[in-house]
Order: sequence, then structure tokens, then C-alpha cells
Amino acid sequence: MPKIKINREKCKACYLCIAHCPKGLIVIDSELNKMGVKPVKFQKKKDVDCIGCAFCALVCPDCGIEVFK
Amino acid sequence: MKKNKQKFFSRPESMYDRLTHYCPGCGHGIIHRLICEAVDELKIREKVIAIAPVGCAVLAYDYWDFDCIEAAHGRALAVATGIKRVRPENIVFTYQGDGDLAAIGTAETIHTANRGENLTVIFVNNAVYGMTGGQMAPTTLLGQKTATTPRGRDNKNEGFPLKISEMLAILDGVKYVERVSVSSPQEIIKAKKAVKQAFQNQVDGLGFSLVEVLSSCPTYWGMKPKQAMDWIKEVMAKRFPLGRLK
Ligand SMILES: Cc1ncc(C[n+]2csc(CCOP(=O)(O)OP(=O)(O)O)c2C)c(N)n1
Ligand code: SF4
Ligand code: SF4
Ligand code: SF4
Repeated sequence: MPKIKINREKCKACYLCIAHCPKGLIVIDSELNKMGVKPVKFQKKKDVDCIGCAFCALVCPDCGIEVFK
Repeated sequence: MKKNKQKFFSRPESMYDRLTHYCPGCGHGIIHRLICEAVDELKIREKVIAIAPVGCAVLAYDYWDFDCIEAAHGRALAVATGIKRVRPENIVFTYQGDGDLAAIGTAETIHTANRGENLTVIFVNNAVYGMTGGQMAPTTLLGQKTATTPRGRDNKNEGFPLKISEMLAILDGVKYVERVSVSSPQEIIKAKKAVKQAFQNQVDGLGFSLVEVLSSCPTYWGMKPKQAMDWIKEVMAKRFPLGRLK
């Protein structure tokens, strides 16, 4: 199963990745990062897998997401 | 046993692992990355010389791990011409905003294109002057509110949005012009192809190549990042049609 890794300290909380994940697997973290914004995190869902499309990483302006397949 | 997963997508090698100074959701970061991907894939990193503009991308050299020079506002293509003529073996490109390329630098832009210099231009059109506080740019849309057009741009007073890519495309010296956008993953994939092509053309000695990228400035458009990307797709790309111009 593909996997993503989010660098929460690089995340500026633009939330473009959330808007573009076709599976709705990225959500806002409730804890602030060192920049003082709420970064995103990967949220597992029952019966929904990451498909490794890399849309989240493509739209991230801050190279904050890596995708593994 | 499960196989070890391979990295499928990550920061390109020629991009420093640094936090950029750009606002959240700003298109500059995406375009910086696309350039690095193209440079890495074409294996031209040791040959590339970037010319950074004056504008929000003035610090681009802090993010690119290849040789960079900073030019005075609007003069990037004059500097690029000098470098390329003295060092034709290098791959020289400029990165310029709409204020830099299409306002103060119009003369340099048109004449460098007209001379058919073998250069690559990445032209970032975000329809405002970002660095100085969101003033009207030549490419600001009619009706668009900016710091200097608080009631919206009116052609009777401020003229029409300047389609400089279309102007350049008719020049005999110009080899390749394409307009792309970073509004969605699909458009970003197309943008990457165009950026790579513009570098490949220089490697092949084909001549002046320009990619105009419709990019977002959520801060001075007064929009959330996603809303700004949608505005590119729904409003901006209607006035600045995407696709190959030459
Ligand atoms: C000779 C000169 N004139 C004016 C300025 C002020 N100035 C700095 S950036 C800029 C415009 C930037 O807009 P743009 O090129 O569209 O880039 P953006 O910041 O939107 O990425 C201006 C007018 C300057 N630095 N130098
Ligand atoms: S796109 Fe990047 S910076 Fe924006 S919210 Fe997602 S991880 Fe954070
Ligand atoms: S790779 Fe695709 S499916 Fe997986 S988290 Fe990113 S956008 Fe969602
Ligand atoms: S002012 Fe606009 S162009 Fe400049 S960094 Fe912020 S969002 Fe980007």
C-alpha cells in the first residue's frame, strides 16, 4: 500500500493538499507546529487506502510531503 | 514479507531543504520545485545559471542548489544575454514576475526575445506586484481590485491586461512560448512538461523559449490558497488562455 510522509515543521497550513487528496486522507492536526500554525496529518480511514497518486505532494508549495510506493 | 517501499515523490535534489519565505499557498514554491525537477531530470545542474528577479522571488537563490545571480529589477534578460554570450556552454535561465518582465523590464524582454537569444524564461504571472504590497501589475485583470486600483482595474484609466506572451510569440526570434498554470495537480503536471521543454530547447540550441505560469498570490488577492487556485482556473485562465502559443 502506498504511503505518504508529512513534514509537519515545513507545513505552512495552506491546506491545498487536503483539497486535492481524492481519498480525503489528509486532515488538520489540532497541535501547532513550531511556526505556530496547525499543520496537516495523514488520517487512516477504514476501507480507504492511499493510492499513491501524489496529488498532495504535487500541490504542496513547500515540499512538505513525500510519497512512497 | 513486504518489500521496502521506494520513494516515489520527494523534494528534488537541486532544491535545498529549507523553509521558504513565501506566504502559505503561494505558487512560487511550486514553480521553484518544477524548475529543480527539470534541471535534475535533464542532468544540467552543473551547467545551469539562474537569474533571480526583483519581486517576491528575489531570494530564489536561497532555495536553488545551483549557480544563481541576482539582477536589478527588470534587467534579468540583459544579464542573461551577457552570461550566455560569454559562456555559451552554460544553461542560462531567468525567473521573473509580471512586474519584472512585463513592466519595468519590457524593453529587455522584447529585445532579448527579438534577438533570439538561446535562453529559457520562466515568467510567473500572478497579476499583482507581490513584493511591494499588491499593487496593480500590467497583467492585472479588468475589474481586479489591487492596492492601486481599489475599485477594480478600469481600462479607461489603467489600460488592458498586457498579453506579453502573445506579443512575444509573433517575434521571429522566438522559438517556444507556452502558458500553463499551477491551479491543480493536473495543471502542475502540464506545467512541469512545459518547463522541461523550455530547458531542453536551450540544450538543443533552438533559441528563445518562454513559459508563462499563471500563479497564485493568495495574500494580495485576499483569498484562501485553494480559493486563489480556483480563481486562476475560473477567472484568470479565461483572460490568459492556457496552451502552446508557439
Ligand atoms: C528599479 C526598481 N524599481 C522599483 C522597485 C520596487 N519593486 C520591487 S518588486 C516590484 C514588483 C514586483 O512584482 P512582480 O515582478 O510581479 O513579482 P512578485 O513580487 O509579484 O512575485 C517593484 C515595483 C525596485 N526594487 N527597483
Ligand atoms: S500543501 Fe504542504 S504546506 Fe500546504 S497544508 Fe499541505 S503539507 Fe502543509
Ligand atoms: S498520495 Fe494521493 S491518495 Fe495518498 S494521501 Fe496523497 S493525495 Fe491522498
Ligand atoms: S505576497 Fe503573494 S507572491 Fe509574494 S510570497 Fe506572498 S503570496 Fe507569494
